[in-house]
Amino acid sequence: MSVPLTLLGLLEREPSHGYDLKRDYDTFFGRGKPLPFGQVYSTLSRLARDGKVVISDVAPGSGPDRKRYIITDVGATEVEQWLTQPVEPEPHLQTVLFAKVVLALMLDRPAADYLDTQRSAHLHRMRELTEIKRAGSLVDALLADHGLYHLEADLRWIEMTGARLDALRKEVRQ
Amino acid sequence: MSVVIEARDVTFAFGQTPALRGASVAVEAGEILAIMGPSGSGKSTLLHCLAGILVPDSGEISFAGARLDTLAETQRSSLRRDRFGFVFQFGQLVPELTAVENVALPLLLSGVRRTSALERAKAWFARLGLDGLEERRSGELSGGQAQRVALARGLVAEPQLLFADEPTGALDSLTGEQVMDLLVSAAREQGTTVILVTHEARIAAYADREVMVRDGRVNAPDRIVS
Ligand SMILES: Nc1ncnc2c1ncn2[C@@H]1O[C@H](COP(=O)(O)OP(=O)(O)OP(=O)(O)O)[C@@H](O)[C@H]1O
Ligand SMILES: [Mg+2]
Repeated sequence: MSVPLTLLGLLEREPSHGYDLKRDYDTFFGRGKPLPFGQVYSTLSRLARDGKVVISDVAPGSGPDRKRYIITDVGATEVEQWLTQPVEPEPHLQTVLFAKVVLALMLDRPAADYLDTQRSAHLHRMRELTEIKRAGSLVDALLADHGLYHLEADLRWIEMTGARLDALRKEVRQ
Repeated sequence: MSVVIEARDVTFAFGQTPALRGASVAVEAGEILAIMGPSGSGKSTLLHCLAGILVPDSGEISFAGARLDTLAETQRSSLRRDRFGFVFQFGQLVPELTAVENVALPLLLSGVRRTSALERAKAWFARLGLDGLEERRSGELSGGQAQRVALARGLVAEPQLLFADEPTGALDSLTGEQVMDLLVSAAREQGTTVILVTHEARIAAYADREVMVRDGRVNAPDRIVS
């Protein structure tokens, strides 16, 4: 899962303190593996260095928690591109797909369209593997099948998620 | 490439139940197209409209550049007999006939002499790994064998277009893929255009392209990533 892009995505909802970002990240994306504070702040300062966020409201007596982070146009463009581009279809990318869907729903983006784009990227890859399987040796076929069954599992997840988007939207937007 | 068959803005309802709500799709000559989508979305209805089995309530179907939906039923049925082949999920073999007679059926119906029809039908048995099963009746075939017989019947008359509705739906994965492999090879060899309905991605992956049917409409992917 891409921590910098996920934090940027969360910031697109509204300017936030590092603490709030960590809490929301842990709630929606952490899944029992909370993001260490150190990583939150190091990620945010790299994002600031790269011009993707700016820092405002440094309150007097400041610890790191007095800072509010605001996404810039550069940052927002990066989130937009990440969400609209399908993920490279390969096995084990569920967590990235998952993060994209949840963020898209939070940000009121067309999650169903992203899933459609992802589905066609997956099917495109599955066609390539099927071609390899039909043209190649049994060993090639075996390897291609391994990829095909994993991609098929992703696709089933995509279908199931697509069918539940309305309910999911309610849950992540509370 | 040229479009061989096309649905434009087709609607169709079964009584009060709308099944298609403005479905459009165009299929190129020689193409193998997979129609995917959730159960009840209208895939079979779209296939039946394209094949001239159902007549749309509105919209147009054109085949080889001419309207198909406005033809009289007798003309549509001769078109189906002479130019189209069909493979469905189950129950398509005639139980009273032997396997080879079932395969020969489309030829017999379009007036080919019995001996030569049976001879052409027999040629498919070796090709589909069905040697020795020619004289069996459909009740004496396994599901996979029956499905290969049905495939042979769909292709024996070298149709311009093959319509297949979940042709592997009743088969296990390996047998299903073997049937698809044979279908694709035979279609490519004969230059047959194939329209294949399936909800299985691994089956759709044998096609050149897929479209999704949702709520009676067709969504084509607008972006292909390579
Ligand atoms: N003979 C019929 N009489 C009444 N309604 C029908 C009939 N056939 C289909 N329908 C309805 O039309 C809609 C589309 O059905 P269709 O058979 O085209 O779906 P499908 O996408 O092929 O589904 P499946 O994947 O389950 O085969 C559904 O709501 C279905 O209930
Ligand atoms: Mg159907």
